[in-house]
Amino acid sequence: MGDRIFKQAVTGVALLIVTITIALGVMLVWQSWPALKSMGFKFITTSHWNPVLEEYGILPLIFGTIVSSFLALCIAGPIGLGIAIFLSELAPRWLGGIVGFLVELLAAIPSVIFGLWGILYLVPVLRTQVEPWLIEHAAGFPLFEGPPYGVGMLAASLILAIMVIPILSSVCRDVLRAVPREQREAAYALGATRWEVIRISVVSYAKSGIFGALFLGLGRALGETMAVTMVIGNSPIISKSILAPAQTMASMIANEFAEASSDMYVSAVIAVALMLFVLTLIINGFARFLVHKTAHPTG
Amino acid sequence: MKTSLRRRLSNRLFLLATVGCALVALIPLFLILGRLVQDGMQSLNWAFLTQMPAPVGEVGGGMANAIMGTGMIVGMAMLIGIPLGIGGGIYLSEYGRGQLAFWLRYLSDLLAGTPSIVIGIFVYVLIVVPTKHFSALAGSVALGIMMVPTITRTTEEMLKMVPRDLREASLALGISQWRTILSIVLAAGSSGIITGILLSISRVAGETAPLLFTAFGNRFWNTDVSQPTAALPLQIFAYAISPYDDWQSQAWAGALLLIMLVLCLNVTARFIRRGH
Repeated sequence: MGDRIFKQAVTGVALLIVTITIALGVMLVWQSWPALKSMGFKFITTSHWNPVLEEYGILPLIFGTIVSSFLALCIAGPIGLGIAIFLSELAPRWLGGIVGFLVELLAAIPSVIFGLWGILYLVPVLRTQVEPWLIEHAAGFPLFEGPPYGVGMLAASLILAIMVIPILSSVCRDVLRAVPREQREAAYALGATRWEVIRISVVSYAKSGIFGALFLGLGRALGETMAVTMVIGNSPIISKSILAPAQTMASMIANEFAEASSDMYVSAVIAVALMLFVLTLIINGFARFLVHKTAHPTG
Repeated sequence: MKTSLRRRLSNRLFLLATVGCALVALIPLFLILGRLVQDGMQSLNWAFLTQMPAPVGEVGGGMANAIMGTGMIVGMAMLIGIPLGIGGGIYLSEYGRGQLAFWLRYLSDLLAGTPSIVIGIFVYVLIVVPTKHFSALAGSVALGIMMVPTITRTTEEMLKMVPRDLREASLALGISQWRTILSIVLAAGSSGIITGILLSISRVAGETAPLLFTAFGNRFWNTDVSQPTAALPLQIFAYAISPYDDWQSQAWAGALLLIMLVLCLNVTARFIRRGH
């Protein structure tokens, strides 16, 4: 009797969690339907966002989201992999423990605190020192053109890079640790140096897992809201220069949802949330597939 | 056979580079923590903890309402997230074999990867629109949902590590299955489960995005769960983007308080895990 009730209760909880998650997807689709229906494909292919005229095009947001996350990964990817190699292959146990712990502390810092630090320290440093220098020394190079705003794509990418380093390094470390010992020993037996062993037999063996880690980091960066909102400048423009302000899907939702006055406007912002949801769903799914493949090679 | 100079040099160089990577990652950590302590200490005082925000234009005041709000919202989120998470974990480890288990695993992974702002929007549509009120309760539901995947996953893993013998010994003594699960199996895995719970609390306590359109924030004292409520992260955000120096220094104080809370929970969680 007790057994049956208990089993039913836990099954009920399981059903509830499944239902909540499905409801999340269904509700996003349902609420964003009016905007999606009226805009069609223009929703993702045009750049005009004008709630008064009921024009909703999110191309600059897609651009801002993908470019800021991509730049962040370009910075954080090598660093995260380097840390993972250091932790799994080189560091003595005690040092690895300390470094691993500190990197995980970085992951524990709330997003809004990264944003606070970004807006009050990183942005002024970029505006007064780094960006003027870049503009002067890279004259004519379109990537570094325009006035030094401080806020913008560069600031957002740097903050995002700092924020995704921990997930990259910890997933990479797990993947590297899953590389079989024989793989290393074979390379040592051929007279390879320590670095050659790591490069030839460890990293290349773990390649797809490392890509998986990068995609997990990408999934994290795409949906990051507060820190990005605070430093990216929030202008929905597509600029060649990384010094220019931009806007991401998440930062736009944070900025405009409270102001959305008409039903269609609300629906359009929820449609942005739906796009973001679908994008992270695809990226995370792909990432897990890659990591799983490396961590369980036969499975 | 001697290893060529070039190969030896590049060996050294790349190994050093990985050490460099570790250092590069730790620089921002120390810069941020240093700033927090330096700037936060100046404003983190008794008045900050006990007073209400001062009216715009007046210097001083504190974040008593936001501290209270965060306590209330996170407390209620725990009431939602912990039972659901543990229930889901028990289902997966003890009963989960069929379709439902597959979907539960898959969807809770999906939920874990969902951007927190999207969860905020979902709860807005689910609760704020029908009740026509931003509320502490809505904020708690959003944070509670975010806690579920972590707790489900750790509970499942911990319970699966509990040896079969222990269950069989208990059943052999005539203890029913549900009592066995609740008082023997769950107890045996408790340290890992508590770790998971503390980690998930430390994560959601610092979340801002899911509260923007649910708890919304409030400059006044509020203990009514059906009304808009202040929270520490929301207040830090509002003050950080304000143009007033006084508000910005209060944002630092709030951030210092928040990070102490989050890191305490986080480190305690790790300590418990290491102890076993």
